[in-house]
Amino acid sequence: MSSADHAHGHDAHGHDDHGAPTSFVRRWLYSTNHKDIGTLYLVFAACAAIVGGGISIFMRMELQSPGLQFMENGDVWNVYVTAHGLIMVFFVVMPALIGGFGNWFVPIMIGAPDMAFPRMNNISFWLLVPALLLLVLSMFVEGTGGANGAGVGWTIYPPLSGKLGTPGMAMDLAIFSLHLAGAGSILGAANFITTIFNMRAPGMTLHKMPLFVWSMLITAFLLLLALPVLAGAITMLLTDRNFGTAFFEPAGGGDPVLFLHLFWFFGHPEVYIMILPAFGIISQVVSTFSKKPVFGYLGMAYAMVAIGVVGFVVWAHHMYTVGLDVDTRAYFTAATMVIAVPTGIKIFSWIATMWGGSIEFRVPMIWAIGLIFLFTVGGVTGVVLANAGVDLALHNTYYVIAHFHYVLSLGAVFGIFCGFYYWFSKMTGYEYNGFLARLHFWVTFVGVNLTFFPMHFLGLAGMPRRYIDYPDALAGWNYVSSIGAYIGGIGTLIFFWVVIEAFMKKRKAAMNPWGEGATTIEWTLSSPPPFHTFEELPRVK
Amino acid sequence: MDRILGLAVFWARRIGWAAASLAVTATTALADRPYEWQLGMQASVTPTHDRLDDLHNLLLVIITLISVFVLALLVYVCLRFRASKNPVPSKTSHNTLLEIAWTGLPVLILVVIAIPSFKLLYFADRAVDPDMTVKVQAHQWYWSYEYPDQAISFDSNMIAEADLKEGQIRLLDVDNRMVVPVGKKVQVLITTSDVMHSFFIPSFGVQLYGTPGRINETWFQVEKAGVYYGQCNQICGTNHSYMPIVVEAMEQPAYDAWLAEAKTKFAMDVDGAGPRLAAVASK
Repeated sequence: MSSADHAHGHDAHGHDDHGAPTSFVRRWLYSTNHKDIGTLYLVFAACAAIVGGGISIFMRMELQSPGLQFMENGDVWNVYVTAHGLIMVFFVVMPALIGGFGNWFVPIMIGAPDMAFPRMNNISFWLLVPALLLLVLSMFVEGTGGANGAGVGWTIYPPLSGKLGTPGMAMDLAIFSLHLAGAGSILGAANFITTIFNMRAPGMTLHKMPLFVWSMLITAFLLLLALPVLAGAITMLLTDRNFGTAFFEPAGGGDPVLFLHLFWFFGHPEVYIMILPAFGIISQVVSTFSKKPVFGYLGMAYAMVAIGVVGFVVWAHHMYTVGLDVDTRAYFTAATMVIAVPTGIKIFSWIATMWGGSIEFRVPMIWAIGLIFLFTVGGVTGVVLANAGVDLALHNTYYVIAHFHYVLSLGAVFGIFCGFYYWFSKMTGYEYNGFLARLHFWVTFVGVNLTFFPMHFLGLAGMPRRYIDYPDALAGWNYVSSIGAYIGGIGTLIFFWVVIEAFMKKRKAAMNPWGEGATTIEWTLSSPPPFHTFEELPRVK
Repeated sequence: MDRILGLAVFWARRIGWAAASLAVTATTALADRPYEWQLGMQASVTPTHDRLDDLHNLLLVIITLISVFVLALLVYVCLRFRASKNPVPSKTSHNTLLEIAWTGLPVLILVVIAIPSFKLLYFADRAVDPDMTVKVQAHQWYWSYEYPDQAISFDSNMIAEADLKEGQIRLLDVDNRMVVPVGKKVQVLITTSDVMHSFFIPSFGVQLYGTPGRINETWFQVEKAGVYYGQCNQICGTNHSYMPIVVEAMEQPAYDAWLAEAKTKFAMDVDGAGPRLAAVASK
């Protein structure tokens, strides 16, 4: 770091020597530049989103009316359910928020020249590609009963995911896919932690870091602690399936409930892994467009720390009905409700940031306000589900589907779009069409609410999740939900049109299009920033 | 505050009751399965679900108020502090009192929720002095019921769409219903012979997994004669959607008559008396 003191910013020759590689292969396959890798992650997430989103549209087509329309049987349905869940979690939301925006803006925001381990950064990304290929491949390999694919749900509970339930290779491929994706994420997490702890510019203390960087730091810790547990669990599942071990088989002294504990010890922090970076983005955006510093900065940062810590001790609220004893359930009820407190702090602090501000409703701000409200709606239904007693009537119903799509599909995904519209001009150097972007928001907003709000009613009525067919009485709300999904699908098409239009028109973006409220370091750089961001490390006052 | 909350809960109950009774008149005499454009839960027929309804109604009021409050704040802030209305932003970034308030108030609300929640949880857990026991065994993809005290056991399969008779409900009706007497505490023991399944009857407030290697216990006490529908609620393979649960609650004389007939029809193989469940547990 001390070398930063010796300025060599005037040396124009050095600049040329360190430009982007001209060869496509060298630039995009061997990339070690955090911005290029961030771009790769974003492109990857967009491609995976087309697959995962396409599957969800197909699922809503099947559920649009009672009876079987497009799919042959429950096996096919289960395979799509599983693929949709795994793709959205591991290959869309995580790569976009952590790999994409994290890689792009964490180093810039803390004034670091790059990530701490650029080559490790490269392998983190390139593990993800074969992971997705393995998962897609598993859909074309025999799973169970002559049908292709692993139809076990993203939670892969044994014995359904064991030799008994899914004898075919499809399950093993899916397990390997998770191994690779998990390994990539662990490496990425180590990289973020090292970068944030060791490579902050002079003057950038932890308590001066932008909240987006805080969110990424906490997320990286969650990944580092949670993913090895998943890796262990699925490795045990793999040896149960192939090498005669019996970790999860009662006949050999094992217990499938052990798998559930291990899975959810990973799985619950995982949902915070998906939402915390979105929280970070929203904090930046709300502050920028209110032209005010974030209200209660320290409270906001430590609320995220609290969410991360408590997030590790609430996992069994996903398991209230597996036969846990009543005192255990009472503990998990109490612990789960506690999470509402730091989450509430965040919601109210965002509103307090807007309070007294001079709010400009630019495109990212609209997404942020949408997220704040819809995440609140998803959050309060979480408080309902936290109660083990009420969960008796709601566990595994569409109420749960509605809840987690409100916090993820309308939380994390709104966060992705919010970040995308906030940083698009910075990343590409081009301005998007504001009207089209607003149209994208409104169509998506109507679509997703129409899709997911009726699911509350279906769940209260008792409709179980992962059903290819349902009693005729539930046809009405299912129909509404499907229409909503199609509208949401149109919204996604508009999004791609926004991107294509921006690249076609090539409207040059300014260094700082957002004005006085945008105070973080990326807005002091050109759009796009130079290949090597800093010739000289910035000094933070 | 308490009075306001009490009033709100009262109205939530009234509305829920009105919706339920509307459903009763709109469909058949039973409100124990989903009906068209249903908004709330299925009508309660057990003491557990009565308590569950009370808690859910309280929660519904609280979460609606919170959501509306946040929405109102957002709308107010957006109108009052938009750039055209408020060109010069304030620099306020701290207010200790406010921050303590929005940490403390949610804690109080959660305590208000937690007390009835724990009561419900412990009440629903298991029966005190049950009157009878039914063992439920889940299979891919049907249920079997065993009455150990009566030495009867039988399988319960969904009626395929092609075989549906007049009045039977697609995907919900079965060939052999589980039958229980009204007003009796029924202890339910649940396990599975293969993968995990979930025994879920919405109108009872009963849900419990059949887990390999374990015998899980729950209970219900049906207060009203009728036919009650549920479905498997844990993904279990290709026919996950096709293994419904039907429980018929009969007045004692009718139940006795059913039992007499069942004892001849569903008599358990005495050589292996009682052991079907045990055999599975060790499988």
